[in-house]
Amino acid sequence: MIAHEPEEQTIICLRCPRGCEVTAHVDGDGAVTEVTGNSCKLGIQYATQEVRDPRRILPTTVRVRGGNHPLVAVWTPEPIPRGRLLELARATREIVVDAPVEDGQVILKDWMHLGINLVASGAVDVAS
Amino acid sequence: MTRGADYDVVVIGGGPAGLAAAIAARKAGADRVLVIERNGEPGGILPQCIHNGFGAIVFGQDLPGPQYALRYSRMAAAEGVQIMLDTFVVEISNERDVYAMSSNEGYVHFRPRAIVLAMGCRERTRAQIRLPGTRAAGVFTAGTVQRLVNIEGYMPGRRFAVLGSGDIGMIMARRLAIEGAEVVGVYELLPYLTGLRRNYVQCLSDYEIPLHLSMTVTNIFGKERVEGIEVSKVDERLQPIPGSEQVIACDALLLSVGLIPENELSRQIGIEIDPRTSGPRVDSSMATSVPGIFAAGNVTGIYDLVDYVSKAGEVAGYEAAKFAAGVQTARSLNATSVRPAEEAVSSGAVRVTPGENVGTIIPQLLKVAVGQAERYVTIRPRALIERRVRVSFLDGDREVYGFWETYARPAEMMVHKVDARFSDAIGAAQSRELEVVIR
Amino acid sequence: MFDSNSHVDVAIIGAGIVGSMIARELSRYQLSVALLDRANDVGTGASSANSAILHSGHDPRPGSLKARLNRRGNELWWKVGEELDIPRIACGSMIVALGREQLPELDKLLARGTANNIEGLRILSADEARTREPLLSDATAGALWTPTAGVIDPLRGTVAIAESAAVNGVLVELDCEVSGLIIEHGRIAGVHSSRGDLRANWVINAAGIYSDVILHEAGDHLEYSLIPRKGEYFLFDAARVQVHNVLFPLPTEKGKGTLVTVSAHGNTMIGPNATVIENREDTSNTAEGMREILASAQRLVPSLDPRDIIASFAGIRATGVGGNGDFLIELSSSVDHLVHLSGIESPGYVAAPAIAEHVVGLLAGSGLRLVPKPHGLKDLPRRPRFRELTHDERAKLIAKDSSYGRIVCRCEMVTEGEVVAAMKGPIPARSYDALKRRCWLGTGRCQGGFDYSRVIELMAREDGLPQTEVTKKGGESRFLYRETKDAAALPEPHCACNALETAATGEPR
Repeated sequence: MIAHEPEEQTIICLRCPRGCEVTAHVDGDGAVTEVTGNSCKLGIQYATQEVRDPRRILPTTVRVRGGNHPLVAVWTPEPIPRGRLLELARATREIVVDAPVEDGQVILKDWMHLGINLVASGAVDVAS
Repeated sequence: MTRGADYDVVVIGGGPAGLAAAIAARKAGADRVLVIERNGEPGGILPQCIHNGFGAIVFGQDLPGPQYALRYSRMAAAEGVQIMLDTFVVEISNERDVYAMSSNEGYVHFRPRAIVLAMGCRERTRAQIRLPGTRAAGVFTAGTVQRLVNIEGYMPGRRFAVLGSGDIGMIMARRLAIEGAEVVGVYELLPYLTGLRRNYVQCLSDYEIPLHLSMTVTNIFGKERVEGIEVSKVDERLQPIPGSEQVIACDALLLSVGLIPENELSRQIGIEIDPRTSGPRVDSSMATSVPGIFAAGNVTGIYDLVDYVSKAGEVAGYEAAKFAAGVQTARSLNATSVRPAEEAVSSGAVRVTPGENVGTIIPQLLKVAVGQAERYVTIRPRALIERRVRVSFLDGDREVYGFWETYARPAEMMVHKVDARFSDAIGAAQSRELEVVIR
Repeated sequence: MFDSNSHVDVAIIGAGIVGSMIARELSRYQLSVALLDRANDVGTGASSANSAILHSGHDPRPGSLKARLNRRGNELWWKVGEELDIPRIACGSMIVALGREQLPELDKLLARGTANNIEGLRILSADEARTREPLLSDATAGALWTPTAGVIDPLRGTVAIAESAAVNGVLVELDCEVSGLIIEHGRIAGVHSSRGDLRANWVINAAGIYSDVILHEAGDHLEYSLIPRKGEYFLFDAARVQVHNVLFPLPTEKGKGTLVTVSAHGNTMIGPNATVIENREDTSNTAEGMREILASAQRLVPSLDPRDIIASFAGIRATGVGGNGDFLIELSSSVDHLVHLSGIESPGYVAAPAIAEHVVGLLAGSGLRLVPKPHGLKDLPRRPRFRELTHDERAKLIAKDSSYGRIVCRCEMVTEGEVVAAMKGPIPARSYDALKRRCWLGTGRCQGGFDYSRVIELMAREDGLPQTEVTKKGGESRFLYRETKDAAALPEPHCACNALETAATGEPR
């Protein structure tokens, strides 16, 4: 662990539409010692995670072959490391799934061994 | 012209409001319920809203739009709701005639016992913000780009500028970046973000898309296709500051400058429209000024969370079913004329009007709540107040009812559940008109 | 493409309303006629961007060509509008005196109109004027009433005239830019164009804003040239404001002034102003233009609210300088068998049918043999306008052709059937704007918000093209750049449009 100066990070919590401005007090080892400004427990969880390992959900689409729509909406129900969003976005451009696609269907399992799935959030039927 | 089948309730629009209304109507005992939807699939705007943020209240989950829509479609099918897709309602009447058309069904005339208007909204256009410049291809509203990118599968440009920091503008900025376009920046006329702060983080900050407040687009260049825009700083009166102009190269401009309730049909028949919401004036039953015609969702005013759109739909559907049953048993009473607002007030309702710091209130007429539907009053603030505020329903100077909120933000509608305490307080008010203020 | 065998009796340069009218007029005779335009549709210039008023003809200087052709054109338009089912309203017009001190001007205008033989002119009292138009300002002191005036849809009008010509054998060549005249032994022999050389016995220069270029190339009127003057217009939401008349302020030396008028589709329209511009193709709207026009219009109708504006456009007038202020319509004095039309600004649109008559007269007088076709003009097949049909008519139409059951533009109620019919018409629509001219789609409150994706899909389907090739107005005006997932088409880190940023200081506004 690299030694840091203790600091305060201002974070906007993403867990609900309120967007509370939360302050995370971070010690010299990079650990969150205190969280203030939150309105609920989720804020503490979020701030701690955000300091340690910021993660985000990626919503996008993938191509469908033989369907009544050319694309199906997909997302990562579990957020992925923020730094790898565009990498996964680029990877989704290469994917083509065959119709029918069911809502909830796993499109990419355990991407990059990060335990992250890319899942369909819509449904596409076979073209009539 | 074909005479359509006999329906108790016809719902115009198969989005989150319409589907919820249809389901609630069936649950409330309506035998035959029809949803008329102009797109080829139900869900309204949701199928193209591929981001998450839907369902926290209705399902206790954070879902992407298409999934929320699918759940409602399935519930509707399970409840025996009928749906006509690719069908467009051309005209309605005060006597509840509905004229609809489609390639499959032809031109059909329905005369249901009750109607629920759930047509949603459209986007403010370039001309409505009087944005000068050429008429090159490449100027789009955000919703159109969302449809093109997510449903049709096309990118309408390479390098985008976005005007407006509302949620849809920010969400589309991220969407375009995810699909490999360059997004040069989001420009916002006001000195503050008009959408949710979390969208600033997860759509702009995370993707390194700059946000420019107090700036607007003052010209568009390009003969056949957009080649660039001129942006200017604005002053406290939101007027462009001469000398602050900058030219930004881009080949597409995305406009996210507001949503307007879609009330072509409502206006045709003279339904009383609230000039503040641009939607029909409704009461606690989501009834409009025309007996038997109800309205719910974005058609009554712009909501932020789809969950509350569905909740409003539930009220409208429930009430429409009850009305349909009423008409069935009392057909001899010919109550088919447009009923003016005064009458509604005299029938025991209390009119609520926006006062200090309040922009819009839905419903505009409160009655003592009856029946099983969960009811809400939604209040949109007109000012940004980042501290605890008191929302008061005033009879003159006296607070008849009130509650606290953590803050007042124009971007976030306040949604307050109507409970027994609220109903009692309103019912006991002497005045038939209360002013709502936020202080 | 033209080849060495391409030869017509008459070639017309410019398919605006003037060129199209001449083409239609000539199509009554046994002649081969070609109507050429550099754009991807007819009427893309001033013909699509004007006040759309069928002026009575009271206003031009008595004895001028403008006066004679305006009056005659007005007469003819009411007939041809009926024949070709062009949206129009015979609402008359009022020139409004704001304040008693302006009343003597009305008398002068009445006298001028009388000298121009205009029928039915009458001075109205303030009350009469305000009864006709309740939205008129309280300052109204009286008005000159001209009953023969009206409004027309100039987009549909130009297309209908050109289509009628096409149905009667005129060859309509679009995307055909004339680059020069072919002159042999002092006589016209044809034109050079982007589609090759076209040989012709007669050539008509109806090239609008560029007609002076052809004038000079032939060696005519070197002292005369055109300066482009832009006129902006703004349209209001018909549900929010509705005037029922054509309202003019008193004219000045600059022209008829900013008017407030009902349009053929029922919207209230205001404009134009008059700004001299450098770029002959600059049809941009400006903030100053809007302020200027609104202020002017509010003097006539004070209740106009800019928040009700739903559309705007601008047109470029071809204003002649170095001439006598009248239409320039004459045979070339340097090259035989060449006719020039230049400086056709207001009342150009209303005068167009009479201009065509006049030009045919010039041609006949100069030796063109005019043998009428025995059966006269063939009718233009009518295309149904869904919005205007009754419930029963709509039902029958959909039953006959289910594509009329699918709505494409919700605000103006335009159906797939109409779009497809316009794409298969005598002059097929090949761009979004061309469809707009024919079907009026995309002109309502949502300004294309609903119809864009549907129209693009439909155009691609009907033309057998990828959606990425559908354009707004031809050329580079594509709507869609690539498929969302087309990774190969991802941009370079800096795209070509960066050039605009570095040239920022020189950019015209």
